[in-house]
Amino acid sequence: MSFIQVRKVWQQYGDQTVLENLRLDIAEGEFCALVGASGCGKSTFLRMLLGQERPHKGQILLDGQPLVAEPDPSRGIVFQRYSVLPHLSVLDNVALGLELPRAPLLGRLFGRAKAEAREQAAQLLQRVGLGHALDKYPSQLSGGMQQRLAIAQALIMKPRMLLLDEPFGALDPGIRKDMHALLLELWQETRLTVLMVTHDLSEGFTLGTRLLVFDKVRHDPHAPGAYGARITYDIPLNLDRHATREAVAALPAHVTSALKTA
Amino acid sequence: MRLINQKPGRSWRISLAMLPFALLLIAYLAGSAARLAENPQDKLLPSVTQMADAVDRMAFSEDPRSGRYLFWDDTAASLKRLAMGLAIAAVVGLCLGILAGSLPLFGASLSPLLTVISMIPPLAILPVLFIVFGLDELSKVMLIVLGITPVIARDIEQRAREIPAELLIKAQTLGANTWTLILRVVLPQLLPRLLIALQLALGSAWLFLIAAEAIASTDGLGYRIFLVRRYLAMDVILPYVAWITLLAWLMDLGLKRLTRAAFPWYEGGRT
Repeated sequence: MSFIQVRKVWQQYGDQTVLENLRLDIAEGEFCALVGASGCGKSTFLRMLLGQERPHKGQILLDGQPLVAEPDPSRGIVFQRYSVLPHLSVLDNVALGLELPRAPLLGRLFGRAKAEAREQAAQLLQRVGLGHALDKYPSQLSGGMQQRLAIAQALIMKPRMLLLDEPFGALDPGIRKDMHALLLELWQETRLTVLMVTHDLSEGFTLGTRLLVFDKVRHDPHAPGAYGARITYDIPLNLDRHATREAVAALPAHVTSALKTA
Repeated sequence: MRLINQKPGRSWRISLAMLPFALLLIAYLAGSAARLAENPQDKLLPSVTQMADAVDRMAFSEDPRSGRYLFWDDTAASLKRLAMGLAIAAVVGLCLGILAGSLPLFGASLSPLLTVISMIPPLAILPVLFIVFGLDELSKVMLIVLGITPVIARDIEQRAREIPAELLIKAQTLGANTWTLILRVVLPQLLPRLLIALQLALGSAWLFLIAAEAIASTDGLGYRIFLVRRYLAMDVILPYVAWITLLAWLMDLGLKRLTRAAFPWYEGGRT
């Protein structure tokens, strides 16, 4: 039985059909890149996985159980914008995820528990390259830094799956490349199941172990909303690339740095 | 260079800010001098010395009848009413606004109610307040509360709706329940907005305070102004108005400074 099972899922808003008859199985630890034209339901699909929307018809199972119908800590999310809380410092943005589940009444921890949460958050922030900015507010960070923070915030919950909705869409190409490297490293360390919506086909090919293309196969020119999109291509991407990456990562640092400068 | 592209430098800006005040002052002094030259008994535009005498009489000498300094008593009485009214309105408005703006089930009942209540002219129900709460402090404070709470509540409700849905979802994926979500995400983001709403409501609050004091009171800045009006005592009224303006301006400035100091992350506070 696969980790995520999508069973004949339809989604429509009014008489606008967005997704039709979606059938999909995703194994644990896969990195799925969701691509397709805008308005073809990739983000809708992601929102259904997140629990923000319910399928009109059909069912999504997580580990054989129906998906919880509202967002919860089992699913982490990074949006393109508004992913981090503007009123908390970088450190508190991440520590919040440790405080909230343990303090259902006050929403905050005190004393030793608080210090431990902050310590744990600081370690993760160090890992994503934000160790120097713990006390800053998100508005003082660049776009790339904010997304690093959003990823750290999602990872501190140790979610079962990580959902990314065009997380790097607003970033410069150079920064985007750094983020790809970071995301791949984190994915290899945690073996998380990742689903990522992207507009950028090459991004999907670089990162994914599986590429899902959403597209409309049926068109009715008199009723543009009559048919929805489905998954037209389901491409397993060569895993040897990731094997290579792992092998390179295992090389001693002075060798890899020499390779990079070459 | 086009007018739209010309910006004043620092010293220019200060001079330009002072200019209209200086012009008003000069116009007043000239008018006052002209009228007093014609008729030394004129009460309409008192001279600076006459006003200084009045201030000295009201603020720095004991009232012969009560043995108190009326100006400071009036100020204390008014500020107390204003502070109580603002504090109650802020707390009630914040709670109602958050309930209506972030919990759709509550908003469904509260929003239409708030909209209708905010349309009631508060002064029109002042008699009701006097009948229900009596003629003492409570009814005056209640007028301020009833006058500005709906405005604050509706503003907070609107701001609560404007919090991006992404943030609320994110907080849920971080393990928040409804209560902790409001406590740690919604409330802190609305507090700076509350201070701004208070700042905007200050004008109305003063209006309701003066109105309530004018109608039924035995002290207060508004009471004094309406009392001495009977004697055409412009030499008292004008300094009182200037004092009220100064107090209101200082409160406005204080709230602005507080917003910036307490919520450094808040971008709307930087303007």
